[in-house]
Amino acid sequence: MKSVLPILTVVAAILAFWVLAVIPMNMHLTADQAQRDGLVVTPETPVERQAYTGLGLTLQNTGLISRTYTLERPRLPSPHQVGAEMWDTIFEKRITSRRSLIYHGWVTLSATLVGFAIGTGLGILLAVGIVYNRAMDMSVMPWAIASQTIPILALAPMIIVMLGSIGIQGLFPKAVISAYLSFFPVVVGMVKGLRSPDAMQMDLLRTYNASGSQGFWKLRLPASVPYLFASLKIGISASLVGAIVAELPTGARAGFGARMLVGDQYGQPLVTWAALFAAAITAAALVGFFSLIERLTLRRMGMRAA
Amino acid sequence: MTGAAIIGALAVWAAGWWVNARLAASAAAGTRAVQLAVPAIFGLTLLIMWELLVRMLEVSPIILPPPTMIAERFADEIPTLWADFQQTIIKGAMTGYIVGGLAAFAIAIIADRSDFLTRGILPVGGFMAALPIVGIAPIFVRWLGSDWQSKAAVVAVMVFFPILVNTVAGLRDTTAMQRDLMRTYGAGYWQTLFKLRLPAAMPFIFNGLKIGTTLALIGAIVAEFFGSPTVGMGFRISTSVGQLAMDMVWAEIVVAALAGSAFYGLIAWIEGRVTFWHPSQRK
Repeated sequence: MKSVLPILTVVAAILAFWVLAVIPMNMHLTADQAQRDGLVVTPETPVERQAYTGLGLTLQNTGLISRTYTLERPRLPSPHQVGAEMWDTIFEKRITSRRSLIYHGWVTLSATLVGFAIGTGLGILLAVGIVYNRAMDMSVMPWAIASQTIPILALAPMIIVMLGSIGIQGLFPKAVISAYLSFFPVVVGMVKGLRSPDAMQMDLLRTYNASGSQGFWKLRLPASVPYLFASLKIGISASLVGAIVAELPTGARAGFGARMLVGDQYGQPLVTWAALFAAAITAAALVGFFSLIERLTLRRMGMRAA
Repeated sequence: MTGAAIIGALAVWAAGWWVNARLAASAAAGTRAVQLAVPAIFGLTLLIMWELLVRMLEVSPIILPPPTMIAERFADEIPTLWADFQQTIIKGAMTGYIVGGLAAFAIAIIADRSDFLTRGILPVGGFMAALPIVGIAPIFVRWLGSDWQSKAAVVAVMVFFPILVNTVAGLRDTTAMQRDLMRTYGAGYWQTLFKLRLPAAMPFIFNGLKIGTTLALIGAIVAEFFGSPTVGMGFRISTSVGQLAMDMVWAEIVVAALAGSAFYGLIAWIEGRVTFWHPSQRK
């Protein structure tokens, strides 16, 4: 708990930087708006103002600083504007409303979770196969490792269209993308975990005359649990990114990705920012959830995190 | 016809698997040649099955083009692919990777002087690295325009946190005994940093750099979905998807895969040269 103060300090520094950055980022827009409202702005024409940087213009018009925080369509919204937009779209709207972030969040989250469950299940199965079959190990493992260095997320738009052209739409195509993004980290992590018992432990089981399946259930599988959790945490955030990106280039109507795109296209930066932060909170909650389960499980098993 | 296609594909699979099983069980299984041959045969088996099934079942190329068609398209479009590669990988991803990496490194060195800051940066940075940062792409495209600068900025932010966290963690990875030894030599802060702590941190830093390579390509490609000039891999993927030119999309994905592997390989090669002393690098 001694890290609480340092963490708060770093978070406060980031927030302070953000709050200060709002002023120069929004100054040109603010100056234009102030002029329309009949205030004195130096220099007087927008063309002349273009020659200034945001900071330079701020120094000329210190009186306008407070107005940079209240623009309706700011270039960089201030934290309180994003917070207000999030409060409004999370708590003040009915969850069936198209403007509710809970509604959009559920669309993305459901695809993420379905895909993650499929990807993790298949990943564990393949890892077991790799550990017990040498031919499988030598054939598949190099590809699984190579897949980690390749931007496989780029496949997303194609998978949506491919599945769409054979009539599959909605949740499933996004889940497929989430599934393959979580699949490879789980395979690589589980293979490592299932192989983590050392020769001494394997020998001990042999002296107990344990069968192959006993060796798997009583030694290999429990030993792999810390590695599994490490992979699950990587996999779930990859799955969420996959579901969000899957919504971007395909004109999806609902979901965090769709919300970001709508905000971008209709010039409503607050919508984009609120969706971005809601996605971040969702990611943090998912990873936090798995960390909690990890800690409880490992404590009960008397193990330490990998 | 359907039955013949499936039987043919299964036969190819069985043949490939039989060869691999024999190779894996043979006495030569440990040699480097076999270790390369087995995954290559596996990959080839999948490609032949793909080709066979798509051709014999007459799957529309809009859904899945056969590998030969993709290869043909790749060969025909090399100038376009090269231009896209330069725009996205060289200008977008590489610039952002270098800027983000240097920024992370500088911040890590500065923060490292204070134990208080380090304890704050590690959890916050680790937390940030798990967030879907790629979502800032539309915002950066709006701020910096649609050319490569906005992509480089997205990439810089994406690679920043993993490299920062790993560098900070690496700089803490010396033992009290080692630091004491430096003190008995009369070494100052900078000498200790350059001769002990930075070399000791290198395995960590390269870990962060390797995580960053994939992120850089993802950031550069995905950011182009939000707006780009009429060149670039992400642009080509999204427009080709729109035109249902799936062979072109696959050709771009081949480029992305080659670029990703090469980029990772480059960093891993440098790592081998720099951290030759580390146990993980021993042959």
